[in-house]
Amino acid sequence: MSGLVDKSTMQTSFRFKLKKFLNVTNCSTKITNGYGQKHPKTSDWRKTWWESFEETPLYAAIWTYLGYGMLVIVGYIRDFLRDIGLETQKSCTEPKIPGFVPLYQSWENFYTRNLYRRVRDCWNRPVCSVAGAYVDVTERLTHDCGWNFELTDNFQHTMNFGSYNYLGFADNVGPCKDSVDKTCKRYGLSSCGSRQELGQLDIHHELEDLIAQFLGVEAAITVPMGFATNSMNMPCIAKKGSLILSDELNHASLVLGSRLTGSTIRTYKHCDMEDLERKLRTAIIEGQPRTHKAWKKIIIVIEGVYSMEGSIVCLPEVVRLKKKYKAYIYLDEAHSIGAIGPNGRGVVDYFNMSPSDIDIRMGTFTKSFGSAGGYIAGSKRLVNHLKCNSHSSIYSPVMPPPVAQQIITSMKIIMGLNGTDEGRRRILQLKDNIRYFRRRLHEMGFIIYGNKDSPVVPILIYYPSKTVAFSRECLKRGLATVVVGFPATSIIESRARICLSSAHTREMVDRALNIIDEVGNLLRIKYSNLAVPRWCEDDKNANDIL
Amino acid sequence: MMAIIPATWDMYDMFQAVIQAPAYHLIFEALLIIWIFKLMFSKAYAPNKTILTEKEKEELIQEWQPEPLVPDVPDDHPVLQAMNNNIISGRPDKVMVINGKSVVNMASLNFLGLLGDESIEAAAQKALSKYGVGSCGPRGFYGTMDVHLELEERLAKFMNCEEAILYSYGFATIASAIPAYSKRGDVIFVDEGVCFAIQKGLIASRSVIKYFKHNDMDDLERLCIEQQKEDKRVPKKAKVTRRFLVVEGLYAKHGDICPLPKLVEMKWKYKLRIFVEESFSFGVLGDTGRGVTEHYGINIDEIDLMAACLENAIGGAGGFCCGKKYIVDHQRLSGLGYCFSASLPPMLASGAIQSLNIIIDDPGMFGKLRNNCTLIHEKLSKIEGMRVVGDPVAPIKHFSLSEPSDDRDLDNRSLEKITQEAMQRGLALTPARYLEHEEHNLPLPSIRIAVNVKLTEEEIDTCINIVADSCQAVLSKSS
Repeated sequence: MSGLVDKSTMQTSFRFKLKKFLNVTNCSTKITNGYGQKHPKTSDWRKTWWESFEETPLYAAIWTYLGYGMLVIVGYIRDFLRDIGLETQKSCTEPKIPGFVPLYQSWENFYTRNLYRRVRDCWNRPVCSVAGAYVDVTERLTHDCGWNFELTDNFQHTMNFGSYNYLGFADNVGPCKDSVDKTCKRYGLSSCGSRQELGQLDIHHELEDLIAQFLGVEAAITVPMGFATNSMNMPCIAKKGSLILSDELNHASLVLGSRLTGSTIRTYKHCDMEDLERKLRTAIIEGQPRTHKAWKKIIIVIEGVYSMEGSIVCLPEVVRLKKKYKAYIYLDEAHSIGAIGPNGRGVVDYFNMSPSDIDIRMGTFTKSFGSAGGYIAGSKRLVNHLKCNSHSSIYSPVMPPPVAQQIITSMKIIMGLNGTDEGRRRILQLKDNIRYFRRRLHEMGFIIYGNKDSPVVPILIYYPSKTVAFSRECLKRGLATVVVGFPATSIIESRARICLSSAHTREMVDRALNIIDEVGNLLRIKYSNLAVPRWCEDDKNANDIL
Repeated sequence: MMAIIPATWDMYDMFQAVIQAPAYHLIFEALLIIWIFKLMFSKAYAPNKTILTEKEKEELIQEWQPEPLVPDVPDDHPVLQAMNNNIISGRPDKVMVINGKSVVNMASLNFLGLLGDESIEAAAQKALSKYGVGSCGPRGFYGTMDVHLELEERLAKFMNCEEAILYSYGFATIASAIPAYSKRGDVIFVDEGVCFAIQKGLIASRSVIKYFKHNDMDDLERLCIEQQKEDKRVPKKAKVTRRFLVVEGLYAKHGDICPLPKLVEMKWKYKLRIFVEESFSFGVLGDTGRGVTEHYGINIDEIDLMAACLENAIGGAGGFCCGKKYIVDHQRLSGLGYCFSASLPPMLASGAIQSLNIIIDDPGMFGKLRNNCTLIHEKLSKIEGMRVVGDPVAPIKHFSLSEPSDDRDLDNRSLEKITQEAMQRGLALTPARYLEHEEHNLPLPSIRIAVNVKLTEEEIDTCINIVADSCQAVLSKSS
């Protein structure tokens, strides 16, 4: 008997060491739900909260590393063959100009040249239609294994589960299109001037008032590009001597924006409120590095829905910490505005919190509103400051009028100001699609990340080869999906990302699920070891009654 | 224990050795051993290390008071007032409607008058009925529409380059392009008159920035020679340090043109990669609007990367970079504003294609624009008490006080008043706005006058008279 025990403990400890070595433990099984104990029972939002990040299976991690290892070795051999001239160069390469330092170091492009090139067909697929519920993907030919592509006239009509069209407003017919058509005639395409240099039109006043009304805040300001909303406005809010506490998985625009502020940046573990509190405490107690002067201000930078993980930020907890430690919150609602909450007003609405608890609310119109650009909303004081001092209000033109009109019309529909309940229908349809889609995937045995209400559904695939195979096989069967791998994710967490939309009908969702099921069986990627979560059972029963 | 003792020694020999050793030796060794033990167990020397108690920590947290999130801006701030009082309705064409009153527009950067063109709107409307408004995704994830590819191809062909890359926002174009190539440790020589977007790109690149005096080639050469000396000193580092030269074709802040032939000469002499930002010269300079390279008759291949926005002369939105394929393609994976942002709305891309068609079909407009520019320049320079800065052929004129006072705010207010006077007389003007505390090398306060090709000579005369009257009205009052 004792021998048996020894053997099993030895195995466990070996397993543990191996995991540590492979860096698997950082994504250990983390399921938080209403039955958890870490949080006070009084907060009732916890009762319905469910989020999971199932651990990477050990064998998958090992094989994934081996897979990348193999690709790297083959890459080196191919590089060597190209160097000595046995293999021809099929892409354009940097010519050697005497005296000039090369623009790229060879190792910098190793990954692109040898790994990404093999699978390039899974990204940048050209589209020749509206990116709505369906999308026409142009077929591309490559005669040299991905070095170069040639566009053909053929296209494939596929279901679109890859665009961020959460509320289905990316549409070429309907009220939005009609109103934009009129605006286009009335205003033209641009205003050729910045906000402060006679570029702001009456339509922008109308838009900004509407946004403020939609979000329940005092005022709002718009910027023509979502990425730039962060990168051009954050520098006006924080300066040297401020501290930015940023979630480690924040979007590139937030990272760049934080960097441009010149303040100190510290990251905390993804959605880990204990880590955030620890960092807040130490920051206030220790003050600035070296001088120990007190920080001028501390800004917690979070996203509503994380587009790669599908997780939703625990906003009530962040607000509790913010109040306790007198920090400010910068909330990026790029993927959550419109997409979650009973009224489609983002995470603040989802948790039924007061809009005044959040100091800076940023969001984009690219996703739920089917338009472009972004906004920052908050107190009148904040918006006045940005209107006078933001980089975007001085050095770049205002939002093109047709783009602004699309937002106005779609936002009015969401708010029900057009006199119909079309907006509500879309919000409910999206919610229904999300729950149903996630439940079915759990039942099929896929490992999926994130919150049960998140419109972004990452399906974990792990292997680089299977990841691209998933994308190709789905497309073959008429389903357009997005896959992401290293370096956008950690090496062993390659995944497919499904974005649900209210434009998807139940029948479409079923068809997509069947395709995913079939491809999942083919590639054997149904890794999950966990039981189907309890909310799935509840949902199913509720639906049966209906 | 036995295993430790070397095999050639046995216990007896060791014992004998200890007895025979002199006493002072034994005492010395014993002291050494005691000292080692002491060192092992004594606390490390740590000066000033204070350990706070929980109570002290709580107090610190309680006492800390942050600064307000943003400074207070009063509602009657002049910029806010100018913004809120001038309600523009309809399109800001050559004539626009502000607060219900029609005024001639010399504020919008609509140099070629393409903003009011109906064929562009028709093209955009056609695209709207095919693609809708938003693309709902970045270029990588089903955000690449065929019109984006077409516009890239057309721009590359227009500029005689191998490849072009499209951004969805003008500001983000050069601000993303610079950090895509220049990394920490690289050296960038840059004119101190460059626009704010370039300045932000430089900061994002984290490279070593060396500013040379505006359009001063001797100063640039001095910096290059300095760098050469430094390179000779540390040849190993010089081998991996990339060197860039960043300039603007037509400087937005000064309205003058860069000495490109001399810059290209410097490029070859000191082995620099030259990036030219052409937001204000693309679609303006040259006989067919191809920018500063055409203006000087220089082959575009001499330039490593050219960037421009489509928001000024083209009258659309977004921006692009073009150059050799091996250079431009790099941005498709490294340009932050390209990879992580939704693509340009397809209808705006279609509009830009139509704008290009118009420019190609009617190259005569560039001659007209040049005439208007020189005419306005000439007339403005005759106005008393004021002076106009920049090149006569530039479509933006910085019109400033000929005797500026020491007080920047006072000058700003005078110029603001001139624009208000002009507005009442039927001409829309705007002061050039800057973030005064953040600009590198802030230019003098000025009114930025934009030239539109559609202005007729009579209209120009009327406008200039209004400008002269407004200046006189304000300046006579203040003096």
